[in-house]
Formats: sequence, C-alpha cells, structure tokens
Amino acid sequence: MSAPNKSYDPVEVEALKPEEIERLRDEAIAAFAAATGLDALHEAKVAHTGDRSPLALANREIGALPPAAKAAAGKLVGAARGAVNKALAERRVALEAERDARVLVEEAVDVTLPYDRAPRGGRHPLTTFAERLMDVFTAMGYSVAEGPEVEAEWLNFDALNMGPDHPARSTQDTFFLKDADSVVLRTHTSGVQIRSLLAAAEPPVYVICPGRVFRSDELDATHTPVFNQVELLAVDEGLTMADLKGTLDHMVASLFGEGISTRLRPNYFPFTEPSAEMDMVCFVCRGESVGNPDRPCRTCSSEGWIELGGCGMVNPRVLVACGIDPNKYSGFAFGFGIERMLMFRHNVEDMRDIVEGDVRFTLPFGMEI
Amino acid sequence: MRVPLSWLREYVDLPAGETGRDIQTKLIRAGLEVEGVEQLGADLKGPLVVGQVLAIEELTEFKKPIRYCQVDVGDANGTGEPQNIVCGARNFAVGDKVVVVLPGAVLPGPFPIAARATYGKTSEGMICSARELGMGDDHDGIIVLPPEYEPGTDAIELLELVDEVLDIAVTADRGYCLSMRGVARETAIAYGLPLRDPALIDVPPANAYGPLVKVEDQFGCDRFVARSVVGVDPAAKSPIWMQRRIQKAGMRPISLAVDITNYVMIEMGQPLHAYDRHRVDGAITVRRATPGEKLRTLDGVERTLDAEDLLICDGPSGSRPIGIAGVMGGAGTEIADAVVDPETGEVNGTTEIVIEAAHFAPVSIARSARRHKLPSEAAKRFERGVDPEATKAAAQRAVDLLVLVAGGTAEAGVTDIAAPHPVHSISISADLPDRVAGQEYGRETVVRRLQEVGCTVVGSDVLVVTPPTWRPDLTDPNDLCEEVIRLEGYENLPSTLPNVPAGRGLTEAQRLRRRIGIALASAGQVEVQNYPFIGEAVLDSLGIEAGDPRRATVKIANPISHEEPSLRTTMLPGLLGALHRNVGRGNTDVALFELGRVFRVDGTAETLYQAPRLPVDRRPTEDEIAQLDAALPRQPYRVGAVFAGSRDPQGWWGKATAWTWADAVEAARTVADAAGVELTVRQDQHTPWHPGRCAALYVGEQLVGHAGELHPRVVKAMNLPERTCAMELDLDLLTEGGAAKATGPKISTFPVATQDVALVVDDAVKAADVEAALRAGAGSLLESLRLFDVYRGESLGEGRKSLAYALRFRAADRTLTADEASAARESAVAEATARVGATLRG
Repeated sequence: MSAPNKSYDPVEVEALKPEEIERLRDEAIAAFAAATGLDALHEAKVAHTGDRSPLALANREIGALPPAAKAAAGKLVGAARGAVNKALAERRVALEAERDARVLVEEAVDVTLPYDRAPRGGRHPLTTFAERLMDVFTAMGYSVAEGPEVEAEWLNFDALNMGPDHPARSTQDTFFLKDADSVVLRTHTSGVQIRSLLAAAEPPVYVICPGRVFRSDELDATHTPVFNQVELLAVDEGLTMADLKGTLDHMVASLFGEGISTRLRPNYFPFTEPSAEMDMVCFVCRGESVGNPDRPCRTCSSEGWIELGGCGMVNPRVLVACGIDPNKYSGFAFGFGIERMLMFRHNVEDMRDIVEGDVRFTLPFGMEI
Repeated sequence: MRVPLSWLREYVDLPAGETGRDIQTKLIRAGLEVEGVEQLGADLKGPLVVGQVLAIEELTEFKKPIRYCQVDVGDANGTGEPQNIVCGARNFAVGDKVVVVLPGAVLPGPFPIAARATYGKTSEGMICSARELGMGDDHDGIIVLPPEYEPGTDAIELLELVDEVLDIAVTADRGYCLSMRGVARETAIAYGLPLRDPALIDVPPANAYGPLVKVEDQFGCDRFVARSVVGVDPAAKSPIWMQRRIQKAGMRPISLAVDITNYVMIEMGQPLHAYDRHRVDGAITVRRATPGEKLRTLDGVERTLDAEDLLICDGPSGSRPIGIAGVMGGAGTEIADAVVDPETGEVNGTTEIVIEAAHFAPVSIARSARRHKLPSEAAKRFERGVDPEATKAAAQRAVDLLVLVAGGTAEAGVTDIAAPHPVHSISISADLPDRVAGQEYGRETVVRRLQEVGCTVVGSDVLVVTPPTWRPDLTDPNDLCEEVIRLEGYENLPSTLPNVPAGRGLTEAQRLRRRIGIALASAGQVEVQNYPFIGEAVLDSLGIEAGDPRRATVKIANPISHEEPSLRTTMLPGLLGALHRNVGRGNTDVALFELGRVFRVDGTAETLYQAPRLPVDRRPTEDEIAQLDAALPRQPYRVGAVFAGSRDPQGWWGKATAWTWADAVEAARTVADAAGVELTVRQDQHTPWHPGRCAALYVGEQLVGHAGELHPRVVKAMNLPERTCAMELDLDLLTEGGAAKATGPKISTFPVATQDVALVVDDAVKAADVEAALRAGAGSLLESLRLFDVYRGESLGEGRKSLAYALRFRAADRTLTADEASAARESAVAEATARVGATLRG
C-alpha cells in the first residue's frame, strides 16, 4: 500500500471540477455521434478514451486528491467514463450494422438466374411403372420372378396347355430361332410361371413375373414387336375366381385410385380354365361418359371400361405338367402389357415414343411414376 | 364369324325391337367376343328398283366405251316412261334385269344420287354394281338379276340391303360358333328362348347303294357321309337370298354348287365338298399320302404332299389324290364351270354331283393346313372341332338345296361310314363350379346350366356329364365349371382376397437394378429400352472382328427386318442408335443408359438350341429341366451407357465441359458403388474403344466390362458426334462374388494431419499404380489420399509428369505428432519410388 499523497497540485485539482468532467463527457459523446464510420469512431475513441485522453488523465489525478475528496471525484469521473463507454459501444453497434447492411446489399445477386448446369437424368417409365406394379404385389406378399427371354418351347407353350397342334399356338406371331429345335423368343412371360412352379417343392406359389416379350408385329402407333408384360400366378389350396377378382380389384385401386374396380368377361386361353378378359372402370370418367355425348372420354372412347388383359383359373393341366396335384391345389393367373397401361394412364398417344429412346419423352417421368 | 341378324332370327325368336348392339352385349357376357356390329344399308335410301334394259346406244367417242341405256323401271319413276341412264359397265344385254337407283336416292357412302350431265347425255340415275350397294367387293360389272323380277320392284328389300351383322372373333375353343347353328344356340341360351336347330332335319338311313367310299385311315377320318344328286341344271344360278347371306357372312358367291356347300358350312359348321361325279374315277378313298406324291389343288398350285397329309383319292385302289382332306380339293374333280355352246345355246357343265360330308381329326387337318399354308374356311373349322353328328344333316341339306334350286334329283343311296365313337363322359363333383368360382350356385343350377349347353347330366353329388357332340372342347371338369360360371355371369362373382403368406420383397439382384437405375439417372443419364435386334452391319461399323465372341449371335428365323436378324451380344448398338436418333432430333447433349440382357453363344455345345419335347402329363425330371436350360444361349444382364456433347453447358457460370472418357469410367464406378463392389481400372485396348482411351474394368481379377472414348473410326462409321464415349458392364459378373457388407467404421475424433506430396514419374506410369504404392507405403495411419493435380512441363523433362497428392493421416487413439505424419509420408514416397521410380518433385 502506498503512502498517502501529501502534496496537492491545485491546477490539476481544478481539472476535477464537476463541470469540467461533464464537459469532457459531453465532448466525447458528441465526437462519437459525429463519427460517420468505424474508422472515424476509432479515432474518436482514441482521442476520448485513450491513455492520453483528458478523462484518462482526470482519472489518474484522483490519486492526487486529498483523501476526503477522492470518493466524490472517483464517483464523478467513473460515471462520466461509464457514459462515454456506453455511447461508444452503442455507436459501434450502430455503425457495424450499417456497414453489414451495406456489404450485403453490395453482395446481392439475381437469384432468378437459370442454373441448368448439372445434366438431367431420368428413368424409363416402362421400368418405373413395372416397379410400381411390383411394389403393389410385393406388399401383398408376392415375390418377383424372372426368366430368360430366349426360352424353350416346352416352357413357353407345351406346359401351358398349348401343344404343338394347338390352334392358339399359331396365332402368337412367334419369333423362331434359326437352326433351332423348340427354342423361341418368348411370346409371354408365362414360361417364368412354369419355372416358378417347377422350382417350388410344393405350393403355395405367389409370384409376379415382369419382363420383355416378343411378337412379330411391325412397330406402329399401337404395336411393337418387343414389349413388356406383367403376369401374376397364385397357386394354393382353395383359391377361387372370386380371389382372382379381388386381387385384380386391389391392383387397379392401388394403381388408379379408390373406387376403381374390374369386371370379367368370358374368354378363352389354353392355360386358364375358366378364362376371362379383364376390364377396369375408366379412371378418368368413371363411366360417366357412357351415353353422354356432352362429356366424351378419350381414355375409354366413352365405353366406361378399359380393357386390361387376360386372366383365369390356372388350367389343371398346367398344374399336372408341373407335378402339382390339381385335386389339392388350384390357382389363378393374369397378364397384361405394360406399354398399353402406360399409354392410357399417362396419355401417351404413340407407341413409337415409348420405344425410340428420345430423352424428351423420358425426362418428364422422373424417377418414379 | 359374321352373323347377319336376319339370318339369326330364323333360329331364335328374338324380341322384335332387339338391336344388334343389344345382342352384342348379351353374347359378350356369355363369352363370345363380338367385336362389332356392322350396320348394312344404314344410310341407304331409295328409290332403288329392278329395271329392264330396253335399249343400249354405244358411245364410242370417249376414252372408254360408254353405254347410253333406256331402262324400264315400271312406275318407280312416277311416269312409267323408260329411264335414260349412262353406264360404264358392259356385262349386260338388252332385256337383262338390273338394279337401278333413281335421282333422290342415297347410296351407302353416303352418296346422294341426282340426274346429272355426263358423257354428253343426261343420266337419270345409275345402274348399280354390288360394291356400290355395299353388298361386297365385287366390281366386275353391274348386277344382272334373274329374269323373274318385275321392273319397278323395290330392290332394297329384294337384295336384303338393310341388315345388321355381328362380327365375332371366335376363340379357339368354340369351333361350334363358326356356324349360324352355334351362335344361334348361344343366343337362345342367353335369352332363355328355344332354338330351332337347323341340323334337326329328316335324314334317310344309311344304305349300301350310296357313292362308293373306302376309308383306309379311321383315325384321320372317323365319319364319311356321301350323297349324290343327278340331273342338276348346269345353267342354274344361286338364288339372291343365298348369295346375299353368303356375302353378309363375309364370303363370295362363286357358283351354285360351291355356294351351296359354303352356305351349308356357314349354317351348320360342317365343311362340305362337291365333286363332279363324271370326273371321279371309282371309289372315293381316304388315305395318307405317300411321300413325294403330288396334287394340284383348286387354287391351281401343284403341291408336294407329306406322308402325314390325309388325302381324298380316286382311281384304281385310290391311287389318284383328288383333295387334301378337310383343307382343299383338287383341281381335277371340281365342279365344271358352265359353258354355253355357241352353236346350240345349250349350257354344258356338271350335271351329277357327289356331296362329301366328313369328319377329320383336328390335329391332322391343322398340320396339313399349316404345312401347305392353306388356312381355308374348312380347315379353320376342322382344326377347332366340328360336330361329327352334323355330317348327315349337312349332306341332306346340300342335297335338298340342289334339288330345290338346281332342279336336281336326289339319289336314294346314302353312304355313311362311321368309326366307333367312344362316349366321353366327365365326372365332376356337383359343387366343383362353386369351389372354382368361390360362390354358391347349388346342384340344381349347375345341372340346369350344363343341360342348356347340350350336356346330358346324371348323378347327384357326383355328376356324370356327357357333352354334346358339337362341344369337343368340353373335356375337363374345369371346362364344365366355366360353362356354369359364364352362364351365371362373371359379373356376379364376389371379390375376395386370398391369404398370401408373408413375403420377402425383392431379391438382391432386383434391388440392385433399381439402385443402378436411380444412381445413373441421378448422375444425369436418361434410361432407354432398345430393341435387342442387330445385324452384321452394326458389328462392322463397331469394328468387331471375325472370331470375336460378339460376332457369335443368336439368329432369328423370321426377323422383323432382314437387316437386323440377330440378337444383341453387346448393349452398344442399341444405345448408339438411340444416341444417334437423339442427336439427329437436336438433343445434342445426351447421356443414355440401358439395363437389359444380351445373348451370348459360347462355344458349340451340341445341346444348344436342341430343347427336348417333353410330355405334359407329368412333371419333367430335374435332368429334363436341365436339358431345357442347356438348349438356351447365355443371357446375362448388362448395363451400358453412352455419352456425347456437353455434360455442363456454357452458361453465365463459365464455359461448357464435355462428357469425356472419364465420365464413362465414372458411370461404371457408380454402378459398382451401387453394387457394393470395388472396381479396379486398368489401361486396355478393346474394340470399339479408342486404343489410348479405353479402360478395362475389373472386380478382383475378373474382367467385368470396358469404358472410355470410342474409336474415331467407329464414331465416323456410325455418324456419331465426335468424342462419343461409352461404358458396358456385365452385371452378372460384377455381382458374382456378392456385395461387401459395409461395416460401421470407428470414427476417430483426433485431429487430422495433412501432408501434400508431388511425385515425378514417367508418363507411362499409371496413376492407379502410383496410388496403390502410396497406399501400401503409408501404412495404417493413412486415412485417405486424393490426387489433386497432374502437371507436365519443361522443368520436369521430356516424358515426365508430376502427380500431386494430398495425404490425410489420423490415428484412432491419439493426436499424431508432426514427426509421425512425416514418417508415414516418407514411407509412402519410398514405396512409390521402389514400385514406379517416383521422385519427389524439388
């Protein structure tokens, strides 16, 4: 502890007069307010709060005061310095905010500039549509089965109750292979159904078979020699035509919305008995265009129904060819072309657009449909 | 099958107001595919009348001869005066009866008729041809009517021009619906009305003095009925009603005898054949052909016969073929065309006719028809099965018609050779239809419905069902179920869901293909699905040499285009074709990918393409299944991608960057990442890639594909954009070893020590080798390394390059010291020096 100061400098004590301190305080605050930028503020800060500033000097003088005066002077100078520092801080915050705002304005860009820089990709709607179908059926417990595109005739025809002389066999527009015996480009994915039955030791078998198939049609607006099918096969104890109908109803409701159902019409396929043609309620007009010329429907040609494909109860002869007891097991099956369904579901008017690979066709379908 | 409603009504008393559309709806529900209802004469409007040609003036001053005729149309024109008509046809004479359309009428088209000036005359109407009246395609001339009709008679009614015709696509199982009789039966059932069966006519019993017939092959021909008619007027023509019905049913009237056989075939479904008795030598014999035997068929084609062909023959011991049974008759015995003797005016032609109504084995007929490419109306029916019991009635009907319209006399002889026909009965549990449908019909309904279709049914819980002879398709219990369920209405079936056992979702391979599709599309590529057809030309353009396995293609016997008769062995032709198409359409910056199978023939296995023909009455053995698979070419799944133009176009951000070889390699890495396998890239030379810009892609030591820039010669040959790049990977090979399962890494939270190193190596040294050396030398502290610069310059010397790497070191358990990091770096450099002669860049 230092010894008390016994010598007083009357001049400096003069400087600690309250009015003088207030003046210094007001000068400093005015200088800060006058500073128009952070640099100017810094100068004002050095001048008014630096070591050599009058208030700093005044503060130092307090030590020289007689003890009785020290407390009052200290309080006086302290209050002045506090006010000055507060004004400085406030001014700095204000000036910084001003500067920041200015910089951000200067950094502004046109965010509407186009940025088509990354290449755009997309998946083919035939692929994504088949996937959507697979998802519907895998959710029901089915598995997805696949098989070769060049297939043995026994698997493509004979096992499906289409023997060599079956009239239906000659109407399939089959692509045959050169120098080959009983090998063809598959005309449907039904061979995969047979393979699934042969692979299973014993039913139940619940499979969906998507894939490319081949028929010797020329490419035009509604035909293509290479197309995609999805077929379904269920073999189990006690399966009925009502189960087939319910499964179809579930499928079309999943793909086209609640309330869309199917109807069956008798037809003939060698591999099913009884056989049926399946139609679904038009998902666009829901039948309201029928007999209503004011509201024609392009999707169903105002028929109210859209034809989907063929279906039926698996012909017991098919089960026998696969070594499955038709007295114990029964099954149902259906099949349809994905191209056609894609066409009416998405208003595709020309088959050629689906097969030609023009990126302008594919891109709008994105990653999923 | 085309079914005129006017004809159908002859067998079923349909409600008067019932339209073709109404009947269509009913029949579709019953399972007949009625594709449409043709409205005949819907826009037709009279007056259309019978006229008699009174005078003909030949106008010769025109390019073609024209006739100016005066035609008596009775009172039809209101005046009774002859009508003046210009006519371009020449197949008529003065006195002939013709069909005249008068002004004010409308012909099908619609084509309104008015008096008009033509060829310098005024034509007050038109003399009509069959085509103009919508009767058929016949446009050989105008219609000349039989003489018995009075001028002025309404021809619309006479020619039955207004009618509705159902167009039915008859499915393979319903052969009986290729007849009026069959469709009428279905219509009667659908309406719950009685049927007047045209086959229920009086037929005299068989006797021994009918035409001589010998059937040597009773399997091929189990029924042969023959009748004869004498005294037939060769000048007789088919009556209009018969011609009209034949026309409406979609066939052409030809001559009386042929028309009658066709008419009876359409009516009863039984194909018939008519022989000129004078041209048949001895007994009619049915036998198989001897190989090499020849026959000129009715169409004038000489055909070499196969040992399997069933023949109709005559001559000593049946040595001369006169027809392929059930398919087409021979030219030598056909009914002679009527010829008018110019001296006497007498008409000469066939006067004695033998009618054949036989039943042949469907398979035999189908094979012969296919073998000789003769899908005749008769073959079509025999193939699908006709009613063997209708033979006698059909023959009788033909005889009756010959008597009725050709003035013939039926001979009393009736030949009917019938092989014993086992009665085929089906036993079904009476509730089987209920169990198949999932709906309760009850025994009574089941029996009633089966009886309606013509079955006889006995039994209570188990029904013994004998199908009618016209339904050879009803062979199995389920066939009977379908009859019951369809007649009860498919539309009334309930909708239920089976209890499917819990599934396991997609397989790994299926999930992988989805991941690949999403990954490549996310990387800016567009998926395509190309046809797998290729030709030699594209393999030539790709520069693929003879002997390359990609030349060993699977070939299609009946391709769509003879330019592309093979199946693809590589994904590139289709992808490059699609790329070319896109560029041609202005999509110049394009990256495409495709997932699909290629078809590879490896070696010359004898089993290839030789699939066994296995029976279907049992499960094939494992061995037989293996034989089926051995007959197939390998069909691996592949992914391919092609790139051209800009990856990143020029924009306000800077210049364009092109798709390059590196993007092609990167696409392969994207696929490998999706598959969870590590891809190694090695420099390679492989057609059709640029010899200096081709990467071979390996998983371990297994080559799985190639990527890079295409050879400039290929680019030119295929007219592709410059620097087109491509990638192709075999997915089956890629995933052969299975995907590595990702293990959760232990994350060190200690700081990273980064060290850069620039190594100078020979230009020939591959970056992959330098990287491998650095990794090996750096040891376990190395967290990652990255090549961030490649530099070539004079300071390095000719043929040298500098590769700059950033190495990141980190320990799991401590902060690395600078010395530790430097030591690891030095060790890495030392390994690079040892392996590839790298020196630190000074």
